[in-house]
Amino acid sequence: MTTTTTGPAAASPSPEAPVRDRADVRRQVRLVITFGLVLAALVVFALLIEDPKFTYLLGEKRTAEFTPKDANATVISWGAVVVAAIALVLAVLDRFPRGWKGALLGILVGLAFYAGFLMWAYTDQGEGGFQAFIANPIPGTIRIATPLVLGALAGCLCERAGVINIAIEAQFLSGAFFASVFSSIAYSSLVFIPVALCAVFGLLGGVLAGVLIAAMLGWFALRYRVNQVVLGVVLVAFATGLTSFLLGQIPSDHKETLNDPQVLEKIEIPVLADIPVVGDALFNQTLLVYLMYASVALVTFLLFQTRWGLRVRAVGEHPKAADTVGIQVNRVRWQAVLLGGVFAGLGGAYYTVGSTGAFDREVSAGTGFIALAAVIMGRWHPVGATFAAVFFGFMWNLQNQLSFVQPVPGELLGAAPYLATIIAVAGFVGRVRPPAADGEPYVKG
Amino acid sequence: MKLEIKGLTKRFGSFTANDHIDLTVEPGEIHCLLGENGAGKSTLMNMLYGLLEPTEGEIVVDGEPVTFTTPGEAIEAGIGMVHQHFMLVPVFTVAENVMLGREQTRRGVLDRKAASRLVRDLSDRYGLKVDPDALVEDLPVGVQQRVEILKALANDAKVLILDEPTAVLTPQEIDELMAIMRGLKEQGTSIIFITHKLREVKAIGDRISVIRRGKVVGTAQPSASEAELAELMVGRSVQLTVDKAPATGGAAVLEARGISVVDPRGHLVVKDVSFEARAGEVLGIAGVQGNGQTELIKSLLGLVRPDAGQVWIEGRDISRHGPRESLEEGIGYVPEDRSHDGFVGSFSVRENLVLDLFRNEEFSRGPVLKRDAIEANARHRIEEFDIRTETMETPVASLSGGNQQKVVVAREFSRPLKVLIASQPTRGVDVGSIEFIHKRIIAERDRGTAVIIVSTELDEIYALSDRIAVMYDGRIVGTVDPSIPREEIGLMMAGATTPAAANGGAA
Repeated sequence: MTTTTTGPAAASPSPEAPVRDRADVRRQVRLVITFGLVLAALVVFALLIEDPKFTYLLGEKRTAEFTPKDANATVISWGAVVVAAIALVLAVLDRFPRGWKGALLGILVGLAFYAGFLMWAYTDQGEGGFQAFIANPIPGTIRIATPLVLGALAGCLCERAGVINIAIEAQFLSGAFFASVFSSIAYSSLVFIPVALCAVFGLLGGVLAGVLIAAMLGWFALRYRVNQVVLGVVLVAFATGLTSFLLGQIPSDHKETLNDPQVLEKIEIPVLADIPVVGDALFNQTLLVYLMYASVALVTFLLFQTRWGLRVRAVGEHPKAADTVGIQVNRVRWQAVLLGGVFAGLGGAYYTVGSTGAFDREVSAGTGFIALAAVIMGRWHPVGATFAAVFFGFMWNLQNQLSFVQPVPGELLGAAPYLATIIAVAGFVGRVRPPAADGEPYVKG
Repeated sequence: MKLEIKGLTKRFGSFTANDHIDLTVEPGEIHCLLGENGAGKSTLMNMLYGLLEPTEGEIVVDGEPVTFTTPGEAIEAGIGMVHQHFMLVPVFTVAENVMLGREQTRRGVLDRKAASRLVRDLSDRYGLKVDPDALVEDLPVGVQQRVEILKALANDAKVLILDEPTAVLTPQEIDELMAIMRGLKEQGTSIIFITHKLREVKAIGDRISVIRRGKVVGTAQPSASEAELAELMVGRSVQLTVDKAPATGGAAVLEARGISVVDPRGHLVVKDVSFEARAGEVLGIAGVQGNGQTELIKSLLGLVRPDAGQVWIEGRDISRHGPRESLEEGIGYVPEDRSHDGFVGSFSVRENLVLDLFRNEEFSRGPVLKRDAIEANARHRIEEFDIRTETMETPVASLSGGNQQKVVVAREFSRPLKVLIASQPTRGVDVGSIEFIHKRIIAERDRGTAVIIVSTELDEIYALSDRIAVMYDGRIVGTVDPSIPREEIGLMMAGATTPAAANGGAA
């Protein structure tokens, strides 16, 4: 590690003495430590492999189309070691690139670690018994990431406007519950709605519930200037209690009419769905997943290319400046919070009509908070937040898949997604600057 | 456009900020509003701009009475305002800031090109040079102010309110601003120019209204003398200069060598700064706001660790000290933002007077405070520093700016000091308190303390300093004698190194 400082005795030749930012030095130290650990782990993984045979599958499950194939781990393991070694050398020499090149290289090291780890985990499973194989991670990732992305978009909208939204989890829960109820009612009681559209009607219920929670957030945060962090936590408690209570109120003989929803059908997009490995996972999906793709583009466009978006970002950064040019700060904040409710409600609907069906207590299991983390890790940018959410989904899915494999202890696996988050945030995200007026109520005058 | 204010009154609870103010602004006139901090100038302008609603009275535009409940309505009526604290979104570009609130779109998409064109047109027409695509946070303050003016002009402002516009500018930038103001006046724009600086009022005003304690106390012609204007403003005759004997100029007490500081955004804001402060001498650090003074002072005190360089007090290296250790070394510190760093607003005067002293044996035994001693101290300081407070239990936040500053100064002066560092010691302080604080600083100097004054007000620098170091862009561009003319220091504040710099240099 090189540090350049000018001592008092050393006469500096030019006025622009080469002073290194301490944060810059810290970044280098962080990179060196991260890559050092990654390299050490990869070498250990590679050395531990005795029999380099492993089995993989291009699909998620064994079907007629997808059958397991055998491959050799040696090249992949040592290839991963080489990638990590190159990154480490670059970091030690302080030549690790910045900007998108750095991000790309970082992702590459991450993939190398993933590959090296998988090789270790899936080789040497011993003879006989159940043989686990490496399955395609993309379908599972999309499954987990869909609600996370939608929730993170809601978070981006709110926080860009200067309202902290801890209540994404509350929006998920109520969205999930009312999506189920709406879909069930549509199927059992509202005969004029075609069966195929019952699940879509459920989405509407989810959206309404998400907007309702958003309205409560707006009402207390904007009208009464309640502390937004406390408010968010209270709203989560409220939604948890309310949905559990309402679920308990459904008599068992009315279950079909109130909590037995039609779920969304998969829609295959021709051509795109035929792309090998990724096509089926990405383009043979439900309407909600396609809505999620569109929402990312829509929110990005709204925030950065429209008049409304400019105003939203202005009230989140410097509300007084917006006020002095005639923008009604709280009105814009209301709009952003309510629109966020739409996306978060859709995200919640995924847990019932988008996937398994009936609502169950705390069906979203705290993922609203993970969506919040994705907002921050994605630096309050919808695209960044989407990548972060997909990353979380990926880690979660990995944890699920690895639970079938012998050598990895289960407790460590449970912590893996969080651990990966901390490493990613600390090692690669760097300085994060939230919207300047985030969480601050605006008072005129 | 003719703007009349008739009997405008604003009360906050029992406090009357503006009391039946009458004012007329003729078309194409530069009307100066002169008054001390807290006299009620900003309240009046905020009512004109729709940010505050008047309790009584009316605003008349071209004979028509109007009411503004939002700034939008004021803008609509042709009133533009350049705020003292800029109303610009730092992460937006110049064009985005100018178009905010009046955005043009093409098929729903922001028309950024049209906005850039508008900025370029306006800046050509009025001679305000700005790059429309630059991020505002990267621009120097002088340019940010131009953006503010452009914003108002883009809304076709007929009356432009400039609230303390010169506080953040170099003398050269002030000259440029005045040229811009004259240009606007020629094109028929009326200007309301708010300031407390007598020199500027005389230089540019067509008519002067003086406000004191929320009332218009008189009008004057720009030909009036500075002393007359000052008397109108303060309400009694004031001494504009500080009496002081020549400095004794002892040994160097505090030495800084090669200080460099990188700010949290990664910019090098203090660049290889070296200087020394000598016993019994006032070193004035002049410079426009934001040229590294804040960070330099914080690094002397250990509030930020310098990224390079060293600080010594009487030969001991204190560069790695934290603030507490630095204070114990005998540094007295009057911070530039007193409400943020100088006192705890909700604490009483009594408590604030021992904020950095309570560890002394005099005021505490183990974990227990000695209440009697602290009360005695408060009584003593309140009298000595003439702090105008109802009781010693009054929270400091409810005192006037001048008295708040006296609390800070009194506390810092109640320890034996080797070095006194005072940043903007009289910012937002009434003229009476300025006189007092200046006298105390000179008295401290005469006791043999090395004094460092950081100020953006050249008047203050001249009044106090025995040597003047000028900072520009994170460097000390020169150290000069206070006998050099204002214009030369002005040039140095804009980055020029003068021959004088070599003569009176820091070595």
